[in-house]
Amino acid sequence: MGQAKTIIEKIWNKHVVHEEEGKPDLLYIDLHLVHEVTSPQAFEGLRMSGRKVRRPDRTYATMDHNVPTVHRNVIKDAVSKKQMETLKANCEEFGVDLADIDHPDQGIVHVIGPELGLTQPGKTIVCGDSHTSTHGAFGALAFGIGTSEVEHVLATQSLWQSKPKTMEVKVEGKLGTGVTAKDLILAIIGKFGVRFGTGHVIEYTGEAVRNLSMEERMTVCNMSIEAGARAGLISPDETTVNYLQGRRHTPSGKEFDVAVDEWLSLASDEGAKYDQTVSIHANEIEPQVTWGTNPSQSVPVGGNVPDPLEVAEDADGVQRAIEYMGLEAGQSIQSIPVEHVFIGSCTNSRMSDLRRAADIVKGGRVHEGVKAIVVPGSQTVKQQAEAEGLDTIFLTAGFEWRDAGCSMCLAMNDDIVPPGERCASTSNRNFEGRQGNGARTHLVSPEMAAAAALEGRFVDVRKFASAVGG
Amino acid sequence: MEPLKQHTGLVYPLNRTNVDTDQIIPKQFLKRIERQGFGQFLFYNWRFNEDGSKKEEFSLNDPVYEGASILVGGENFGCGSSREHAPWAIQDFGFKVVIAPSFADIFYNNCFKNGILPIQLPIETTENMIKEAEDHPYELKVDLEKQEVTDGSRTVSFDIQPYHKEMLLNGWDEIAVTLTYQDKIDQYEQKLS
Repeated sequence: MGQAKTIIEKIWNKHVVHEEEGKPDLLYIDLHLVHEVTSPQAFEGLRMSGRKVRRPDRTYATMDHNVPTVHRNVIKDAVSKKQMETLKANCEEFGVDLADIDHPDQGIVHVIGPELGLTQPGKTIVCGDSHTSTHGAFGALAFGIGTSEVEHVLATQSLWQSKPKTMEVKVEGKLGTGVTAKDLILAIIGKFGVRFGTGHVIEYTGEAVRNLSMEERMTVCNMSIEAGARAGLISPDETTVNYLQGRRHTPSGKEFDVAVDEWLSLASDEGAKYDQTVSIHANEIEPQVTWGTNPSQSVPVGGNVPDPLEVAEDADGVQRAIEYMGLEAGQSIQSIPVEHVFIGSCTNSRMSDLRRAADIVKGGRVHEGVKAIVVPGSQTVKQQAEAEGLDTIFLTAGFEWRDAGCSMCLAMNDDIVPPGERCASTSNRNFEGRQGNGARTHLVSPEMAAAAALEGRFVDVRKFASAVGG
Repeated sequence: MEPLKQHTGLVYPLNRTNVDTDQIIPKQFLKRIERQGFGQFLFYNWRFNEDGSKKEEFSLNDPVYEGASILVGGENFGCGSSREHAPWAIQDFGFKVVIAPSFADIFYNNCFKNGILPIQLPIETTENMIKEAEDHPYELKVDLEKQEVTDGSRTVSFDIQPYHKEMLLNGWDEIAVTLTYQDKIDQYEQKLS
């Protein structure tokens, strides 16, 4: 028996191609996910240097950021259209599999990777997208990279990376009813701030994390980047194995049994040491709503917008955020009206997210003056939701039911929140202008977004019987 | 990539924390398939009104900072999206050095691929630089070889990984470097199958 190791060290050690004193390690990349926005300049770089994609079989592409979510046979925006056509041409030229806009597997890259079983425990996974941390839910080491690194991985299937520091985020106890994985990660970032993870890979541990489903784990790991972490992951267990069994790219038969043994052996050893450990109690967490312009600026739904005169640090930043958001210091969260509701994004657009939101919506009616849209994370999710009748529930209540894509999370397509208007959003970033220039974003769980759609303002979702299992 | 050894330039102070890459380059400009020409969109929503006119109150529009090539910012500079369009915009606008008390990891890494030197310095130092630059035209001289920043009267040293330092000093094409390890990658892949 060697020294007790974390899953982070185990995966790292298995992937070192070359190490040398005074240099980062050359790390092998098992899976490279590609989308239309951060790849064109990388493919162009390959072309200009006469290089090839080293492992097209370890590369998988889709279109998600730019795609329209209605009338998708006509792409009105010529620049978006060109970007999508460029990805298609690049994939054809370099032999990369692509789920394009017409493909039944198309969807948000961080939704379809797991869905297709491409995402597996122990893999190193990269994508030119910061929310690649999502795949860490499976016990993979998954992180976002820039376009130069995309080109580097295309050409060499490897990256120079310095060994990250490790951090354990321990979540003791149980989440209350009506309190979700989204509230958990917002509460973690709210407590420790937007840069507590810088330079680290986070492993989420503890009873509350073990109890999360795979989809909930993806929500938590997805927002690791919002804590500044290079990646976030969760050691694989039975929940992971059960999710993966039978997926298209997952091994089957005897090979699956071999894979499972290997996957489970990756879990952090008892007594493994982390460079840092922080903890939070799940039972203290309540449904969260962000009031500001970074994801740490959240309070429980029963709370108030803070007063810049009373905050411990960055009073100027708090003041700026309150002004941008068009709020007043001390204002109660439940008094804030919303004009838009967005249920979607790589954080919260999977089947369980839509089911839980539909439970709240069922039999209700979208409040007058509210424009509410549901954007499934993938065309597969969309089909499954329709098979379960969720589309009817949303449509009957007055929601719009869309095709899959990143949509209003970053408003690169036509799904834009107009200047000065306010959106309850299940996405991951409430930055200034994120959902449209001058748009005001409040991050919440799918249940909380659904409730806000019906009431026209933020309300405590726990007052809905369906949220507390009644 | 152009090597960067020494640089002397005017400081532009941006006294804000958590400047995210959505602010550095808003999403509507990410649809281009080229690498060049992003400078005109730098801090777009802070610099321009809806109608395209300049926002006078935003300091980068102040003529005193025209030609600035060293940006000094606040904590957690470059957080958020991995978009390399952010360093492309910063570089294309004319900045060669970004100084901050802390950087987000992906942005920090992206800088080196584009010939930009990100320098992490203690917050007391960066706040002082910001104060000076808000007060009067303030120049800094950065020496990468010596790992020093000086304003003529005060000199501070900074840390940088030797790998990053060499990459900038030599203006390396990182892929060409990695391809010299191709046999190692081959060997690794043989073990996999």
